[in-house]
Amino acid sequence: MKGAGKIDPLADLSPGSVCQIVSLELSGLLRRRILDMGIVPGTIIRCIRRGPSGDPTAYLVRETLIALRNEDATQILVKRLSNGEENV
Amino acid sequence: MILSAEKKKSRKDHIGLSEAKNQFSIALAGNPNVGKSTIFNALTGLHQHTGNWPGKTVDNAQGDFQYRQKSFIIIDLPGTYSLLAHTVEEQIARDFLCFANPDVTVVVLDATCLERNLNLALQVFEITPKVIVCLNLMDEAQKKDLVIDLPSLEHELGVPVIATSARQGEGLKELREKIYQVATGSLQTRPRQIVYSSDVEEAVRDLLPHVETIANNPLSPRWIALRLLDGDGSFLDSLSNYLSIDRDLSPGWEESKCAH
Repeated sequence: MKGAGKIDPLADLSPGSVCQIVSLELSGLLRRRILDMGIVPGTIIRCIRRGPSGDPTAYLVRETLIALRNEDATQILVKRLSNGEENV
Repeated sequence: MILSAEKKKSRKDHIGLSEAKNQFSIALAGNPNVGKSTIFNALTGLHQHTGNWPGKTVDNAQGDFQYRQKSFIIIDLPGTYSLLAHTVEEQIARDFLCFANPDVTVVVLDATCLERNLNLALQVFEITPKVIVCLNLMDEAQKKDLVIDLPSLEHELGVPVIATSARQGEGLKELREKIYQVATGSLQTRPRQIVYSSDVEEAVRDLLPHVETIANNPLSPRWIALRLLDGDGSFLDSLSNYLSIDRDLSPGWEESKCAH
């Protein structure tokens, strides 16, 4: 599979792709908030869809849909497990 | 726990909790929409009246019930995903658990999404050992064909786990009995404590001697040390306020900033 296993920012994922959280490069309250929502290293996360202007993006985490700003999602590093649109 | 008149007065002033003499206080914590209020109403039989938190617009409901010749006051806290205070609700729930020192805290969890809900339970475990986990919405979980291994969960968590479907009135009898047992001390709980990375644990060990010198402190020193490491300013403000300590003079604060 093309791109599988590669480390990328979460924001680079296209809808449909699935990845695993590697690390959070965030700090302070935002980091805390992201962790409280269940986004921790090892968590599987699926990119669902983008907002009309490409931001924010909805992600499925532990059966809950969460919207993240791309600005914040670029600071979450993930390992790609399967790609989205380009493979569909 | 029976409080002295003096302590009771300060609890009323700070927390807005007006329990009568010989009354056990029970806090209901949980994520939003897990059925805390349904459990509250079922336990109290709709005898609730709302109390107000000083300086806050958010209400907390208080009600009472009798069980086995004992009187219990139950406080329905605002629903939160965390106690690490990003929002007013989280701050209220945290301050109540930390400073009102309830005799029992019932953490209500949504049985259909346990994984997400357990985060709050683990945070409560760090504040107080007297916890009961109430797995509510068991009827919903059954509809989703979810099977939960209650004895294993209880073993893993170290506290009693009660399955309820509050809307159907199921499990409430057992919940009342466990509240009674934990409140009176006939049942001891040992909630599982999170062990952090060795760096964090080492920093906590360094801070503990300083934290332990804080006078009249009803809180777990470990919890305070962890919040110091977080650099959680909102918690330090509450701590200074409730314990009437001068933050600038409190030992450990400067060091914690360095550690952070």
